[in-house]
Amino acid sequence: MKPMYVMALASLLYLPAKAQTFMTRNGKVNFYSKTPLEDIKAENRQVVAAIDLGKKTVALTLLQKNFLFEKQLMQDHYNENYVESDKFPKAQFTGTITGNVGTSPGTYKVQISGNLTLHGVTKPVNAPAELEVADGKVTGKADFKVKPSDFDIKIPALVKDKIASEITVQVLAACTALSK
Amino acid sequence: MQRRIIQTIFLLLVCTRMMAQDSSLMKMMDDAVAESQQGQVVTGTFKATQIVNLPTVESPGKKSLQFMIMHRFGKLNGGAYELFGLDNASIRFALDYGITDRFSVGLGRSSVDKTFDGSLKYKLLQQKQTGMPVSVSLYGLITNYTQRYTDKPYLDARYRTAYTTQVIIAKKFTPAFSFEVVPSWIHYNLTPTPEDKNDLFAVSAGGRLKFTKRMSINAEYNYLARNQVVSTKVYDAISGGIDIETGGHVFQLVFTNASGMVGPYYLAKTDGSWGKGDIYFGFNITRNFNFKK
Repeated sequence: MKPMYVMALASLLYLPAKAQTFMTRNGKVNFYSKTPLEDIKAENRQVVAAIDLGKKTVALTLLQKNFLFEKQLMQDHYNENYVESDKFPKAQFTGTITGNVGTSPGTYKVQISGNLTLHGVTKPVNAPAELEVADGKVTGKADFKVKPSDFDIKIPALVKDKIASEITVQVLAACTALSK
Repeated sequence: MQRRIIQTIFLLLVCTRMMAQDSSLMKMMDDAVAESQQGQVVTGTFKATQIVNLPTVESPGKKSLQFMIMHRFGKLNGGAYELFGLDNASIRFALDYGITDRFSVGLGRSSVDKTFDGSLKYKLLQQKQTGMPVSVSLYGLITNYTQRYTDKPYLDARYRTAYTTQVIIAKKFTPAFSFEVVPSWIHYNLTPTPEDKNDLFAVSAGGRLKFTKRMSINAEYNYLARNQVVSTKVYDAISGGIDIETGGHVFQLVFTNASGMVGPYYLAKTDGSWGKGDIYFGFNITRNFNFKK
């Protein structure tokens, strides 16, 4: 009798895991640097993001070169001098969701903690996030701050006043259920 | 016992299925990223819009204005009397404006022959991560010199005009190393003597090697096909220098045997020889201004 019980339980675990994975290829990540001298903002609309409500995990991958800046020169400098996109083309985040999140439609305030890898450096990141669950869709929103210095991104003294020491990052990923 | 085995196998199966699903999700994400990476345009082939004199595939971005000062001192072999050339100078000011990210227009004025120039640059092809192996830009330049020659009253605007057309084929081989080959066609409306050709052909090659993120060594060689300019002795323009980039500025410190800084001059009127020490020290400074919002 006992093995049957285990098997049933295992099946239960297995089944929901299939329907609770959501993914998008058009997630959005923005970042802002505000200083009295210059405001810099960039947007990446080709972020690949996945949310697994069953395992309560999230993952995010983006290409640095897909960040679009208002000024081409800023974009060139970002890729060439700061994040070195040729050497480190991707930035990645993998993390877990803590807090109550259900499968029924609604908005859930959660905490996300995980590791952010960019410029070849991995650092832990924690951020409050909002998960909006709808039919076959989960939209994740999060704001957090990163310090370029934490990721070994050196800013020369000459432009130090133009780049904020803390950069605000905004994530918006509208993921749809994976059908298999 | 048998049940135990079935149970274990079943659990194992479930676990592997779940793991397989997880890794396939990661794979899907990686594939999606790799897919968008493939079509990606290679950027930053060169830092500046010219290596020393030779134009690169780069142009100012949309709504961005580039102001450039090109400056050459006199010849190094002028010796201490001329302070190794520092007593003399020739200069070119230029403004280049990006109408789109791929198309720019430029205006310039050189002190050599008091020459005005107008130019167009169009990025025809852009190197991609996969697929397109090179970037190709087209560069057209019209020059008109305004130096007064009282002994040549017949020199009207038409006679003073020359056209330079260049096809710039560049490739960024590694993040640090880029190379370009540039066939050029120069047309003079008037040549100094009838023996000189009105249509001249030259082939240039140039490259850069970054040694830090913001500095690179550059060199260019401009080969002018022989027997085209016969009335005066001309040399191939060979130039080298260092790029230093600081935010919105690019400084280029250069050594060259060409005193001219636009097509018809450095390609076909270079009278200096490296061997004789006719070397000009100089610099190019570019500054970018943005008009976007």
